[in-house]
Amino acid sequence: MSLSGEMRSALEAGDYQALIQAVPYARTLGMECETFGEEVVFHLPRSDDNLGNPILPAIHGGVIGGFLEMSAMISLMMSQETPRLPRIVDFSLDYLRAGLDRDTFCECHLTRQGNRVANVIVTAWQQSRRKPIATARAHFIMD
Amino acid sequence: MNDETLLARVSRFIGTLRHCQHLGIRAVSATENELVVELPYSDAIVGNPETGVIHGGAITTLMDTASGTVVICALPEFELCPTLDLRVDYMRAAEPGHPVYARARAYRVTSNIVFTRCETFQEDPEQTIAHCVGTFMRIGPEATPKAYRDLITGGYDE
Repeated sequence: MSLSGEMRSALEAGDYQALIQAVPYARTLGMECETFGEEVVFHLPRSDDNLGNPILPAIHGGVIGGFLEMSAMISLMMSQETPRLPRIVDFSLDYLRAGLDRDTFCECHLTRQGNRVANVIVTAWQQSRRKPIATARAHFIMD
Repeated sequence: MNDETLLARVSRFIGTLRHCQHLGIRAVSATENELVVELPYSDAIVGNPETGVIHGGAITTLMDTASGTVVICALPEFELCPTLDLRVDYMRAAEPGHPVYARARAYRVTSNIVFTRCETFQEDPEQTIAHCVGTFMRIGPEATPKAYRDLITGGYDE
């Protein structure tokens, strides 16, 4: 397993924000994370650089995918007793509403953790949690 | 429409997608039913700083872009089609330091939906990095403002 020292210490400290900061792609998206006791909400602040459709304007669908995939991976890593690096196997993404040019949030749920494979579902929303903009399901192999 | 016109059209379209400019994504070739798009390697898309391997999310963005744009190749006139869903299978990690290419095809067009397939590869097109199937909803050309349609088509449709 090849985890950088920065990632390893963030995992050991249970520091979500430090773990996000250790991943260049997460920094490119501008992802953040907020914790409320044991609840964790990932946050993608609005950014011109994340836009796709210039007409609405809307966030690029790939950015929403990347944000959800990154969030799934981070919440899975944080749920392990020892530092492990999950590898993504597949990712299914349903777009439910346009992701408008505003802040986006998501939360992850570890549906099933086996010895080797984990299944995570992710829900993303903007203005209201009751109006999700996308849902995703991912499988990871745990090395 | 000839391939040159088509490539110019899809290049203008990708050029309006800010995040694609941010990552340096560009169209390489376009035919009536097939599009190749390139994602250059950069530090900005690394998922694991220890190995330099690209994050899956950047590959998803490349495939969403290729699949969403091949829709333009497949339809008689320009219309924006929102993504309904994507399913991505990751076969192997991309080799750090090299660009990744996505080849997308629209394999079925109905009055409501465009169905796409896409695979990504590096030097060897047979060594698939990831595979993706997508569905896109047709909302009609009128749903897109004329000024934007003209910008993409160069003011005419064939």
